[in-house]
Amino acid sequence: MKLLTCPMNGPRNIDEFQSFGPVRAKLDPNATADRDWSRHLFRAENRKGILVEWWRHVPSNYFFLAERDLVTNEIIRTFDASQLRDRA
Amino acid sequence: MPLRLLKYGLSRDYPVSGDIPATPELKPAYDVVIIGGGGHGLSCAHHLAKYHGIKSVAVLEKGYLAGGNTARNTTTIRSNYITPEGIAFYKEGVELFERLSQELDFNVMFSQRGQLTLAHTEATVRSFHMRAEMGRHMGTRTEVVDQKGVEELCPLLNMDYGGPLEILGGLWHADGGTARHDAVAWGYAAQASRRGVEIHQRTEVQGFEVAGDRVRAVKTNRGRVACGQVLIATGGMNYDVALMAGVELPIRCYPLQAMVTQPLKPWLHTLVSSVSLHTYLVQSSRGEVVIGGGSDPYQLYSTRSTLDMKEHLAEGAVHLFPFLQGVQLLRQWAGITDMTPDYSPIMGASPLANLWLDCGWGTWGFKATPVAGKRMAQTIAEGRVPDILKPFALERFETFRLLNEMGATAASH
Ligand SMILES: Cc1cc2nc3c(=O)[nH]c(=O)nc-3n(C[C@H](O)[C@H](O)[C@H](O)COP(=O)(O)OP(=O)(O)OC[C@H]3O[C@@H](n4cnc5c(N)ncnc54)[C@H](O)[C@@H]3O)c2cc1C
Repeated sequence: MKLLTCPMNGPRNIDEFQSFGPVRAKLDPNATADRDWSRHLFRAENRKGILVEWWRHVPSNYFFLAERDLVTNEIIRTFDASQLRDRA
Repeated sequence: MPLRLLKYGLSRDYPVSGDIPATPELKPAYDVVIIGGGGHGLSCAHHLAKYHGIKSVAVLEKGYLAGGNTARNTTTIRSNYITPEGIAFYKEGVELFERLSQELDFNVMFSQRGQLTLAHTEATVRSFHMRAEMGRHMGTRTEVVDQKGVEELCPLLNMDYGGPLEILGGLWHADGGTARHDAVAWGYAAQASRRGVEIHQRTEVQGFEVAGDRVRAVKTNRGRVACGQVLIATGGMNYDVALMAGVELPIRCYPLQAMVTQPLKPWLHTLVSSVSLHTYLVQSSRGEVVIGGGSDPYQLYSTRSTLDMKEHLAEGAVHLFPFLQGVQLLRQWAGITDMTPDYSPIMGASPLANLWLDCGWGTWGFKATPVAGKRMAQTIAEGRVPDILKPFALERFETFRLLNEMGATAASH
């Protein structure tokens, strides 16, 4: 079983987690054209390389972020969502 | 076909016909370049050559012929979808399968044995009623059956009466069936190459030369090829290949796995699929029980199979047919599937005038191999998209006209 290291619960079996897909930039609803909404909704990141994505540890309902290689499946690091806000 | 078979049987030395010529030298230009030598690309090449008289066609395949998802799929063929646009398209696909062995002069072993999808909850029964009504309205054979009907269609099923996974009913799709996947691809390849189509194996497209709104040429590991028209039919690599041309498709890649048991005597006479268990089974003509299920739980470009999925599929299969518990597994594998947000394909025009898309086939595209090839060939030959393909256009995401087939796809492919 593959392990994922949860920032709160430590290393756990990956089937305790649920993937919520790539992080997307927030849009300003008042200043966004239909075309950009459609992009935002339907074109998620899929390039070969490192993906920043949302995960949830299901038993504790804790959401966090991971950087994972879409080709090798290596999980490079996991971190709390507050770090993403700090970065933005 | 029968006459040829008889002659073959009576001949002394069983003549072997050379199926597909060895890869020739690449010419500097072709009228049509098809990227991807899977079932879809080969079917399009066949239809271009046979029905539209276009013979300057090159199919460029980075690996070996039909070694992508065409080789990996579990061969469910059906049209019991939910949107009218979807049903109309897949219905034509099933009809083409009914005549495919004749069309290709090659036995694709199409077996229209029907598909039984099981409901373990009242909510699923309700969704089956909707699909049956839509199916009937569109002229397909799709009906809801009760518990007795399920038992009659598949007497060996564990009905789990009174249990948590009691089978409450089923969706019976008499048009459903299965065919030999390699035969479909090889049949198209043989027909196409007989009419002059060139099939280039181990020829990888690595980039596009775009000028204005047109593709001038594709760049390959064997050199540059100029092209009149280009089709992208690269299965799991569709997102990647389209991106090389500057076209970003709404696709995410997920692995999809399947496995087979050792060969058994024929005992499973329909395709069986359970929505709640995310498991479906079909017995191949060799006797192997092919077992498939849902996609992997997260996005990945990988064809590695996992122990988790093996356990999950085995659990589902043994629940439905408990006598399978002592049966051995022979193989397990995975393909990279190009999933769209609405579980419908993307066919037709791209932002570039001479670049055409046959993409987004995800976990459900084998059944569409004949019809997508036929309709994409028509599109390329006439330079415009026929009505039956229009709903599948890439623009549907911009106009929010999605074709939601998620519920009718789930564990059924
Ligand atoms: C496990 C599994 C089960 C499935 N079960 C079903 C099912 O039961 N029913 C159903 O209808 N569908 C099913 N599918 C989906 C189905 O297999 C596919 O949708 C269908 O085979 C797609 O055919 P294709 O010809 O478009 O793609 P492929 O068969 O994948 O062919 C694409 C080809 O393009 C080549 N290629 C990629 N990149 C390049 C490049 N840069 N240059 C040149 N060539 C390139 C690849 O090598 C490949 O051979 C299943 C898929 C999987 C993985």
